[in-house]
Order: sequence, then structure tokens, then C-alpha cells
Amino acid sequence: MHTFDRRRFLKISGIAAAAPLAGSVLFSGCSKGSDVLSIAYNVPLPSWDPTTGPSSVNPTIQTYYKAVFDSFIDQNPDLSFKAGLLTEWGWNEDRTKIKMTVRENAFWHDGSPVTPEDVVWSLERAANPESGNPIQFVWSKINNFSISGQEITADVKEFEPTLFKWMAFLTGYVMPKKAYLDRGAEAWEEQPIGSGPYMVEKFERNAYVRLKAFPQYWGDKPEFETVVIKMVPDASARVAEIESGGSDLTLQIPYEEFNRLSSKGFSGQSYPVSDIGMIFISNREPMLDKNVRLAMHHAIDKKAIVNDLLLGFGTPIDTLQAPEYDAFESTTTVGYDLELAKKYLAKSGFSVSNPVKFTIQTTRGYKPKDYEMIEAIVGMWKQVGIEASIEIYEIAKHFELRMQHKLAPAAFYNWGNSIGDPSTSTGFAMFSYSPHSAFKSPEVDKLIGPLWGEPNEEKRIEGYKNVDRYIADEGLVIPLLQYSQPVVYRSGLSFTAHTAGFILPQNIKSA
Amino acid sequence: MFGRYLMLRLLLAIPTIFCVAVIVFVLMRIVPGDPISMMIPPGASPDDIENLREIYGLNKPVLDQFLIWLNGIAEGDLGRSISLKLGVGQLILNRLPATLELVILSMGIAIFLAVTASVAAIRYKDTLVERVLDTFTGVAQAIPDFLWSLLLLLFFGVILPLFPITGRLDPSLSFDPITNFYFFEAIFTFRLDVVWDLLAHLALPSFALAFPLAASLSRVLRGSLSEAMSQDYITLAQVKGYSRLEVITKFALRNALIPTITLSGVQFAFLIGGTVLVEYIFSYPGLGNLAISAVVQRDLPLIQGLILTFAVMFVITNLLIDLSYALINPRLRGR
Repeated sequence: MHTFDRRRFLKISGIAAAAPLAGSVLFSGCSKGSDVLSIAYNVPLPSWDPTTGPSSVNPTIQTYYKAVFDSFIDQNPDLSFKAGLLTEWGWNEDRTKIKMTVRENAFWHDGSPVTPEDVVWSLERAANPESGNPIQFVWSKINNFSISGQEITADVKEFEPTLFKWMAFLTGYVMPKKAYLDRGAEAWEEQPIGSGPYMVEKFERNAYVRLKAFPQYWGDKPEFETVVIKMVPDASARVAEIESGGSDLTLQIPYEEFNRLSSKGFSGQSYPVSDIGMIFISNREPMLDKNVRLAMHHAIDKKAIVNDLLLGFGTPIDTLQAPEYDAFESTTTVGYDLELAKKYLAKSGFSVSNPVKFTIQTTRGYKPKDYEMIEAIVGMWKQVGIEASIEIYEIAKHFELRMQHKLAPAAFYNWGNSIGDPSTSTGFAMFSYSPHSAFKSPEVDKLIGPLWGEPNEEKRIEGYKNVDRYIADEGLVIPLLQYSQPVVYRSGLSFTAHTAGFILPQNIKSA
Repeated sequence: MFGRYLMLRLLLAIPTIFCVAVIVFVLMRIVPGDPISMMIPPGASPDDIENLREIYGLNKPVLDQFLIWLNGIAEGDLGRSISLKLGVGQLILNRLPATLELVILSMGIAIFLAVTASVAAIRYKDTLVERVLDTFTGVAQAIPDFLWSLLLLLFFGVILPLFPITGRLDPSLSFDPITNFYFFEAIFTFRLDVVWDLLAHLALPSFALAFPLAASLSRVLRGSLSEAMSQDYITLAQVKGYSRLEVITKFALRNALIPTITLSGVQFAFLIGGTVLVEYIFSYPGLGNLAISAVVQRDLPLIQGLILTFAVMFVITNLLIDLSYALINPRLRGR
């Protein structure tokens, strides 16, 4: 007869506990339904308020907002503009008033209709300095709103040519007045309400957000009923997620991994996005010498960097405009020419045996191969008589130094511009009064100044092309490349690339 | 006597925590990274920047900021996160249970591995088993936890996909706990599906944390066991006819465990603040992951609150260890 002693009990309990665990673990990856799309995203979402605080001006976070909220004005994947919650918009003849028409068949996720009052409240809240909207300086240029039916008119306090472009850009989202005021800011963070294609079903901070298709959405119904966006900041974990089948799609993985996964049967797209890599030049020694600046630029073989170092994931550029931007001018170029670089340096008395010396700052790991890229550039410079020492800084340090105008003579950074307007690239990066400009040049200010309020769009764009030409001739900044975004997904999916870099779940379908 | 000792230790903890608060605050003002510079858009004027500073209370003199913060702490308010727009105290309380669950499981695994390996090494002293265990212990200690994370992720997440790679709970599971101690709540509410899923998600990060820890504990335990095995009472037990394994587990282990338990306590305190990289790699939503987000965003109130929490946890754990010493050894109470 068997006795049921303590040891035997523990043994049996252990086996009993382990069996279902093993089963559950082994088959956990198979529980996902076919109507569920799982995305391993690289940036966690800090806040569900798309109009205030640091996350509202973080371009990488817009993916979440674009799924849940509607912009005033929307953008096509090629950055051209289309109707969002506004179906029509424009200026009057003398640019003293604006007129907007609000979509009629739009609803909030709680079922209430989107009204012109919501749109006005959103614009007024954005313009209120106390709201903490970082783009308040744009929104405050209109006031005195009046509503008639679905139409809104407002007075223009100060003409801002890019006002409507901003309505598709950072903080340009419409929020529900009643729901937000009733709930308050803290409750909003747990359960936000938008009018976009997906509703927030569950949000686990720093882990995932589960979205449910909104049946009353005014646009095309998304194909996937449920979308899970997992927040996976580590690139290795994102690769593992897609490889193990834990996620259907991921992005921003190392280029080598993109190629490896593509050869293993995963689908992939690498496409140029509205983000560029550049070297800021500060107007301090030795950068006050034009010969040095031009020599630096001519000595960089951007094609080699893109092809050899970045494995082709990028496009060399010579101005702050990527080819998709409004003021891109293909004829403004700065060629790779070592002999010319040497000549410029010789004019200022520098050579390989008597190099010009300075510090270049760079991030390491913030952008793909950023440090390696600067190492390669420093190597190229050495061949012509430029000796640069590399200093690594964190991204927060870069922002702080840039704001205080204390960057090193050369500093690597990137610049996003998802509306493709030259004012938000060349304008803010090079105009002295912008807190983000590094090279303060009165000549550039004279060129850019009149363009801020230029009502003739053609003239404005042409004006910026001239500014870019001047900057290239003077070597005031070194644009390096336009980044390409690698996206990998399981076979059987159809993914639409968006030049702004957004991963829009509403645009992902079954192949 | 013991009550007086306890009182004295509690009183001594207050200046320690105050000093930590001062150091944290001053450090946050010295290290590079202005939170406002992280959020100003191109085109913002000096007035716009000043307005943002005012909104977040960063325009006040540093001493005023410190006093406001200190006053808040005294009232139980750690301030408001700049990036997450929620109360710092609430955010920390929400995340602490996840980290505690991870740390407790890791510690449990580490102690189990350390005891098993140490007993086996002593039992099979001077044999191949001991040499193999030596090698494993050396490797486990030499590889840091974040590297273990990547190795485990590769082997058990990709090559042999037995465990989920990221998160704390499968997003498809419907579970609305009242507390954030998911594991305990799932057990008490008999949600076995949730318990298994939590364990599956905890498996890789907790083993990654446990391996180096187990190696450290094992080294200490083996040393103590070796010493205990040379004592007279062990020889007596052997003479009485107990097997070698029985001698180790019934006699030597009990005495040898005391230094290991002490070390475990200290390691536990370190572990609470040391899960950062592992949580990041596995996207585990605990305090470590929150700390990384806070640092990236230069969210000063959140960073200050987190460091203060880590410090308080450390002080409390050390206090508990000291108190347990005092309970075990009455001679220490008078010191």
C-alpha cells in the first residue's frame, strides 16, 4: 500500500503546477487571432494628451496619436495635405481672416458628434500660454472665432503662412471639449477619447496599448479589429519579437538585421522619411573661416557613407531639404572633392602637416550608426588637413547646449520635418533668433526674415531655395543624408509607407 | 531594550533619507539636460521658453524649488511628472509592485540555484561535478545581467520560442486587478491563466537577474559550508552514520546559511534599483523602465522621486537586516 507522505505530495504538486504552465507558455504565441495586428514599436507613449508637454512635440510618438485622434488637416503618405476633421480651409483675400469647415459625419469615441465648438476650443486651448502647448506661438496668431453651422471663421492677428500646415503637424489635433473638461487631465491619461479610426481599449504604461476599431469612424474602416502596440525600446527585443512571431510588424531595427530578416522570408520596406542627419556648425573659431567650412563639406564622401556604412539606407543631401520637401532644389549641390577641400584649406594656411583642429560632438546610438558616421567623417577630414576630436554627448545635453548657443564648433544631430516646409527646416535651423540655430549669421537673417510673413507661396518657397543656395555657398551647415526607415513585417501583410515615418495601423492590411 | 534600539535606528534613518534628498536634488540641477530644452519647438521665442519654465515651476530659484519639493514630500506629495503628466507618487506606486514581483522571483531563483549548486559542490568535492559547477558559477558571475537578458532572449525567445519576450502580461488577456500586485491578486482570485502568463513573462527577466546573483550567493555559501564541514559536530554526525548529503543538509547548511541570508538581504536592496537594464530589454513595466523614460525625458520630478524611492527601499531593507541581526544576537542591541 502506498503512503501519501509530504515528499510525494510535493512531487505531485510540482508536476501538477508545471504541466499547465508549460502548456500555457508553449502555446502562448499561438493565441493571437487573425483580426489582431501586433506592432512592436520603438518608442513608449508617455502621455495621451497630443497637444501639451514634451511628447506632443516628439515626432516618433505621433504614430499613437494618429491612430486615436484626428488632426485638423491630414496628410497623405507623400506628405501632401488632405481633409482631416476640417474638410475645407483657407485665407481670405487680404490674409486677415481664415475660414474652416468642420466635417459633419464625425463622432467622438463616446458616441457624441464632433462639433465646430470642439474645434474652436481645441484651437483656443492650444493658443493659451497656460495650457503648456509648445507650439502656442503658432496657434496664438489667430483669435476671435465665430461659428456658423459647420463653418468657423477667425481673425488673423499675425500672418503665418504655415498655419494650415501646422494643423497637420505637431499638436495639431482636435480634442473633445466636454469629455476632456468632465474627466480632467489625470483621468484623460487613463482613457482618452478621440475621433480617429481606433479607440483606446486598454493602456498599460510602458508596456502596450490595445486599440479597438471605432465603428463610427468617418473614414475607411480599418481592416484589423484589434491592434496591439507593444512598447519595445530595445532593438534586439524588437527583432526577437518579429522573429518569434510575437509581433507582426516592427521598425527601426539595425540595417544588418533588416537584410537578414528579409532573406528569411519576412517582408520589408526601407523608405526615405522626413528626417535628416546633419552637422551643425557654430560661429566660433575655427568655423569663422569660410575656407575651413567649405573644406569640411567638400571632404565628406556622403555616397560612401550611405552605401558602405549605412548599407544604402539613406539618401545623400546637400541642403536641409529632402527631395520630398517643398523647397528641394536638385541643382544646389556641394560635391565631394578632396583636391578642392585641400585648396580651400591651403588658402587659410592649413594642410595635412599643419591641420586645423576642433571638436565635433555626436550622439552615440541615438540614430543608426551616428558615432560610426562621425568617425568615418573624421577619417575623411584627416586626409585633407582637418583634425577633429570626437566628443560624445547625450541628446539632452545637445538640446541644452544648442539652446544656450554653446555647441562645439561642429555637432552632429538630426532634424525632422514631417510637413516638408522650408520654414520648419532651413528657417528654424538657420535663423539667428530661433533657439535651435547654431550658426548665427546676419546675412542669413536678412534673407530669411522677410520670408516668415511672405503671403505669396511661390515667392516664399523660391526665397528659401535662395537661402539654401547661399548657405551651401558659405558652408554654414553640413547636411549629410536623409534617413531611410526600415520596417519589417510578417508575410501576408500589406504595409503603406508614410514619408513622415508614421506607422499607421489603419493603413495596414492583409495582402 | 529592543524597542529603544529600534527607535534609534529609525531616527538615524531620517537624516540618511534627508541627505539623499538633498544630494538627489542638487545632482539633478548639476547634471546636463534641461527638461525645457527637450520640449521647445523650433521657432519658440525667449518668452515662450520662459512661459514653459513658469508652467513647470523651473523659473524659481533653486532653493525655492528645493523647499517646495521638500514641503511636498512632507505632505506625501512627490510632485508631478513633466512627461507623464501624473503624480510622481502615483506613478511609483503603480510600478513598484511589478518590480517587487520581479525582484522577489529573481531572488527566489537565485537562492534556490545557489543552495543547490553549493550543496552539490560540497557533496561531490574534488570530483568532476565540482569542477563543472565551478565553471558554471564563474560564467554566471562573469556575464552581467543585461547580457544574460540578450542570451536568454535569443535562445528561449527566438531559437526555442518557449517564453514571451516583452511585457508583463499578454495584451489579449482580460484582467483588471484592483492592486498592481498582479501575481498575488491573480492567485487570490484563482485566475490561473493570468498566473501562468505572468510567470511566463517573468521567466526570462528573472533568470537574467538571478544567474549573476546566484553565483555570488553560491560562492559565499560554499565558503561557509566548507568551514562548517570542518567543525567537530560534523565529524560527530559522520561518525553516527549519516550520509554525506544528510550531514550537509541537516547539520552544516543551517549554520552556513546565516551569512548567505545576510548577503541576500543586501542584494535584495541592490536588486530593486538594479533591474533597470533588464526591464528595458524585456519592456517590463517596472520602476527601472520608468527610470529610463524619466532620464531620457529629463523629467526632474520623476527622477528625484524614483531615486528617493530607491534610497528609502535601501534604507528600509538595511534596517530590517540590522533588526534581524539584533533579534538573533542580543549583544548587538546595546551597541
